[in-house]
Amino acid sequence: MSKHSTQTLAQLVQPDRVHRTLYTDPAIFALEMERIFERTWIYVGHESQVRNPGDFVATRIGTKPVLLTRHGDGRIHVLHNQCAHRGAQVVADASGNAQEFRCCYHGWSYHTDGRIKNIPLRHGYSQRLDVNDPKLAMVQVPRVQSYRGFVFASLVADGPSLADFLGYIATSLDDMVDRAPDGEIEVAGGSFKHVYHGNWKLYLENLLDVAHPLFVHQSSIEAAKVQDDSVPSDGSGEIAIRQMRQNGASYGFFESQVGIWAYPNGHGYMGDYHDDAKLVAAMNDPVFREYREALEVKKGAAEAKRILEVKRWNTNIYPNVSFMSQFQQFRVVHPIAVDKTVVYTYQFRLKGAPDRIFRHAIAFANVVNGTGSLVLTDDLETYNRIGTGMGSAGAEWIQIGRGLDTDVPDAHHGRRGKNSTSEIYLRNMYDAWLGYMTKGGRGLAAAAE
Amino acid sequence: MSAAAKLAPAAIADRGEIEDFLAHEAALLDEARYDEWLGLFTADAWYWVPAQLGQRDPYETISLMYDDRRLLETRVRRLMQGLLHAQTPRSATSRQVTNVAIVEQQPDAALVRSKFVVVEYRRDTQRLFAGTYFHRLVRAEGALKIASKRVDLVNCEAELEGLVVPF
Repeated sequence: MSKHSTQTLAQLVQPDRVHRTLYTDPAIFALEMERIFERTWIYVGHESQVRNPGDFVATRIGTKPVLLTRHGDGRIHVLHNQCAHRGAQVVADASGNAQEFRCCYHGWSYHTDGRIKNIPLRHGYSQRLDVNDPKLAMVQVPRVQSYRGFVFASLVADGPSLADFLGYIATSLDDMVDRAPDGEIEVAGGSFKHVYHGNWKLYLENLLDVAHPLFVHQSSIEAAKVQDDSVPSDGSGEIAIRQMRQNGASYGFFESQVGIWAYPNGHGYMGDYHDDAKLVAAMNDPVFREYREALEVKKGAAEAKRILEVKRWNTNIYPNVSFMSQFQQFRVVHPIAVDKTVVYTYQFRLKGAPDRIFRHAIAFANVVNGTGSLVLTDDLETYNRIGTGMGSAGAEWIQIGRGLDTDVPDAHHGRRGKNSTSEIYLRNMYDAWLGYMTKGGRGLAAAAE
Repeated sequence: MSAAAKLAPAAIADRGEIEDFLAHEAALLDEARYDEWLGLFTADAWYWVPAQLGQRDPYETISLMYDDRRLLETRVRRLMQGLLHAQTPRSATSRQVTNVAIVEQQPDAALVRSKFVVVEYRRDTQRLFAGTYFHRLVRAEGALKIASKRVDLVNCEAELEGLVVPF
């Protein structure tokens, strides 16, 4: 029995503040895994990562190791990565292609949809060992659904559909895919994997936080501001330096120009904060002009214009994804322990776009998601300091009330901040958290409406 | 004249000078003399820490660090800022550069492979990094300069905490 009842959990989340223990208590973390990560829809990968039969990618649902696989019939499955015999991890590689999965211990083998293929010395078992029992297998995760190539899975058999779970925030995934002239995107170019010593929620919180760049990123802002632009660059440094400078936009700009939107189930997005010609739909950049022409040829001028006028920066799909379309970035949050988190980041190639557009995505990944970036390293330091700070016996309550009295409804069953620095995105994630933790995930959409 | 120089008369430097140069570079980094470190690079140099073993280029795949000359200058300027959260407190490092081999000789440049170990201590935690350096060295105005430096970490594909101090 957990020491937390639904009543005591509910008391930890108040309209303008949440209790520090939500970030520090291992018992709450265990409940979060059970009631959020092992219940709702969790992003597990993109279809392009398992393009061919036999392709697989290892990931996690909460702390549970799973495999995303493509079976011989073309269907996608998510399998628990555990042998049904004596419990060993079956697949040790992070990704690959396999005809079958074979356990290293006693050689039990499995089809790529998880069914048992062969058991050595099977005659030694009694007839009670039923190889057709779906639980005597690399057990399939009960629900797997895709939205435009993005694969989500749920460890429970019943619950809202993926479409209901996503709601209006699906339009941000549309924005990721629509930008490809050929209407298709693919994961490419490797993955950063960063570790910090703090709670998983901190990452999602920071990715929609418009108020932090001026402080957290001061060192890179100051260094970039005085950089001489006549010094040679092959384009990579140029994109990085422009991004750093943009982080140094005035508070007035961040407060009034960006925008912050929140939707049911904890999802939300922040608007675009770039007026830099190289970083948005940049009509003067020759590579972008070439890309826009490719988009117009395939989609028509009107549709291309509509697509490029969508100006969103980071979108969060609670509880494990944050992504941005303009440079095709995608980050997946893996909670490890109450005070340890790993984030895997990916980028997508827009099919049909000029090659240089993908090079821009790589350069941008290096500066915003890079383990050795001049920007991200200050974010990681901040997460670590929050992790350390919350271990103290100081202020018990974490303040999330900025903008509480001025937020306004949004046309799509959501709400938005009157000012961009409203902490509405925090309150919204905690609305969802409360629903999952105390109401079995029910009533969230209703609560937000 | 050293034996190496006799064997390769077109070399821009003999092994002794190259080893001294690499040790000097390591000392500048250990002593956080980053502006002097930047001074070792040519005006169009690049500095690269791949994110994958055997990575082909820094354009089609992400990198732990990939700095053209312009970004390298910004990186060094940031390292020298008084206010740098990710280096508050500062790291202390100790480096060893060994197994130096001149793998390619041209009249005006040499590609040098070496092995390194970097021990980094910061805020109660000590980290160990090891791998292979590839320096392309040239001679400019009498002095050796780094035209490019590639750093292959053995754990470049690992889950890592932030990397701030250059390798």
